[in-house]
Amino acid sequence: TMAAALRGSLLTLVKGLAGPRWQQMPLRPLSVSAGLCAPETSPARADATFKVTMVPGDGVGPELMTAVKDVFKAGDVPVEFEEFHLSEVQNMASEEKLEQVLTSMKTNKVAMKGKIHTPMEYKGELASYEMRLRRKLDLFANVVHVNSLPGYNTRHNNLDLVIIREQTEGEYSSLEHESVPGVIECLKIITRVKSRRIAKFAFDYATKKGRSKVTAVHKANIMKLADGLFLQCCAEIAELYPKIKYETIIIDNACMQLVQNPYQFDVLVMPNLYGNIIDNLAAGLVGGAGVVPGESYSAEYAVFETGARHPFAQAVGRNIANPTAMLLSAANMLKHLNLEYHSQMVSDAVKKVIKQGKVRTRDLGGYCTTGDFVHAVVDNLRFRPRH
Amino acid sequence: MAGNAWRSMLSQVVGVASRTTLCSSSRSRGIHTVTMIPGDGIGPEISSAVMKIFEAAKAPIQWEERNVTAIKGPGGKWMIPPDAKESMDQSKIGLKGPLKTPIAAGHPSMNLLLRKTFDLYANVRPCVSIEGYKTPYTDVNLVTIRENTEGEYSGIEHVIVDGVVQSIKLITEDASRRIAEYAFEYARNNQRSSVTAVHKANIMRMSDGLFLRKCREVAETYKDIKFTEMYLDTVCLNMVQDPTQFDVLVMPNLYGDILSDLCAGLIGGLGVTPSGNIGANGVAIFESVHGTAPDIAGLDMANPTALLLSAVMMLRHMGLHEYGKKIETACFDTIRDKKVLTKDLGGNSKCSEFTADICRRVVDMD
Repeated sequence: TMAAALRGSLLTLVKGLAGPRWQQMPLRPLSVSAGLCAPETSPARADATFKVTMVPGDGVGPELMTAVKDVFKAGDVPVEFEEFHLSEVQNMASEEKLEQVLTSMKTNKVAMKGKIHTPMEYKGELASYEMRLRRKLDLFANVVHVNSLPGYNTRHNNLDLVIIREQTEGEYSSLEHESVPGVIECLKIITRVKSRRIAKFAFDYATKKGRSKVTAVHKANIMKLADGLFLQCCAEIAELYPKIKYETIIIDNACMQLVQNPYQFDVLVMPNLYGNIIDNLAAGLVGGAGVVPGESYSAEYAVFETGARHPFAQAVGRNIANPTAMLLSAANMLKHLNLEYHSQMVSDAVKKVIKQGKVRTRDLGGYCTTGDFVHAVVDNLRFRPRH
Repeated sequence: MAGNAWRSMLSQVVGVASRTTLCSSSRSRGIHTVTMIPGDGIGPEISSAVMKIFEAAKAPIQWEERNVTAIKGPGGKWMIPPDAKESMDQSKIGLKGPLKTPIAAGHPSMNLLLRKTFDLYANVRPCVSIEGYKTPYTDVNLVTIRENTEGEYSGIEHVIVDGVVQSIKLITEDASRRIAEYAFEYARNNQRSSVTAVHKANIMRMSDGLFLRKCREVAETYKDIKFTEMYLDTVCLNMVQDPTQFDVLVMPNLYGDILSDLCAGLIGGLGVTPSGNIGANGVAIFESVHGTAPDIAGLDMANPTALLLSAVMMLRHMGLHEYGKKIETACFDTIRDKKVLTKDLGGNSKCSEFTADICRRVVDMD
């Protein structure tokens, strides 16, 4: 029955990807249709502006996106956003909405995204929209570059490590069932194909960014087959990259080492759940969820988001969220679009504000609002267009 | 049922406690037998250090030393030696040094074997900052309580087709309720004010959902203890930024494994972190969770702090708070003074010198 469940979910996944989309055509916003009509070669560059899909998500997501839009506007950044409000908790989630986002992504290839909050209550559907979006776009690699921000001191300064997380299988399979009343089985799936893919991604990343070491994080002493397979794939891929040092570490020890001596790590690669844990732990080391950017990749798409993904619902409408992480992520997106100049401009401005230390949001011990911070960033943009 | 067993055992413990305070003048009464499993590597050294300190403190404990190695019983089943099992069955309380797991096919880990033999379902690790032993974190004072029998460590795994592995995480109603009850009972008995359930029920909606539901249900019956729930990732994020916000944390197996080590890291590592395993029918085994350190075994260089603090935990578990406090204070005073410290604590002294210093302080307190 378990295998059947797996096959079933795979089938829906395939169906979802190949399903007819023409039925929903009339419902699409105008801008999307326009995007679709553009020439195949460079659909997003029709008028030298880049079209980027935006899913603000829940909690403070929309506020963070406003910050990005404000800074982009002030800096004359040639990016136009196509916004989609996909939310389970605000009753704004449907197959249709999901399809719209996917269609937009097919054209734009690049997105900015806030966290789509997953309600905890089980209502028959095990996979959340957040996960379904991830799976449909096959965003298999999540990258979080944890970098200390000069000017903001924490217990561990000058940190520079990269966490690469597989995020389409593992513990997040959404395959669960009640064998008998009071006994629940939850399946963790590890496959050779996906383990090799993430391992290769990690070593390619390390090569491209000139990093010297990749450490695989696992629990193969307990999950001998599942994590054992992951580890074996990492070791096989490592052989192909003799210039990069390869090490392994058990997840619990990794967490202990991260709080005692995080400097020993360079690039870390791991299955899904461990990635969730280490992303958050490491973000906490340099200042929290508000300061660390993150991104997710498939072979085709790139989604820019925060490194530690939380809706931060208790801050909604209070103008207290720290937009640093999302702005740095936006700068990374500009770099991805080859808008080097604008990317540098935005990230320089954000880092300058942090370094000066005059304008700080609450999470960094200040008393400034999100708006104050955005103003300060805008004031520090190297390039100010004349109007 | 388990809850009842636990409660009845507790009342026994409380009974013992009141008895000892009543007749504290006649210490010959109420001597408790404890099974001592010295373990491998540095195990014997640190065990003898603990016994010396207990002797100096005149703790009413009589040790019954037993060696534990896995043996093959009738039918080829791995088991612990009968004399060790008998001793534990009688004394109910054990103190254990590190055990090495021989790397041989089919040989089970000794810790796993002990866990199974005595149904040690709860792992308890108090993490308290040690004054004088500097880490980036101060004022850590929390306890992690980990479900230890099921979850991700069910050991049920299989290859479905070549290249596809399925690993089963098992969450049951009974085990979830049992650990939740233990956590709240622990909080109440140790003057702790809140219990936080750590989960991932937004992703694993049924399994972690069940765990969480049981925690909520049990929380209803402990109105004096504040109950909160938090996602595992949020706990990690907050833990490294401000660990002082946490008190008692209760969670399934894997999360507990990870968080307990993370928290140990906050206070300086496994060398100073005590641990206790609580089983059914009143059995409890206290242990140090560091390795056997074969490289320094027999060289009188080992640090006995983790085992000593585990022994202090044991005394408290037995209701012998007075002795626990005395030994703990002596240990912390020695570390704070920084004059006699083992190498891993930043000093240059031998294990025996460190032990002697604690013994001196214990005696001076009388």
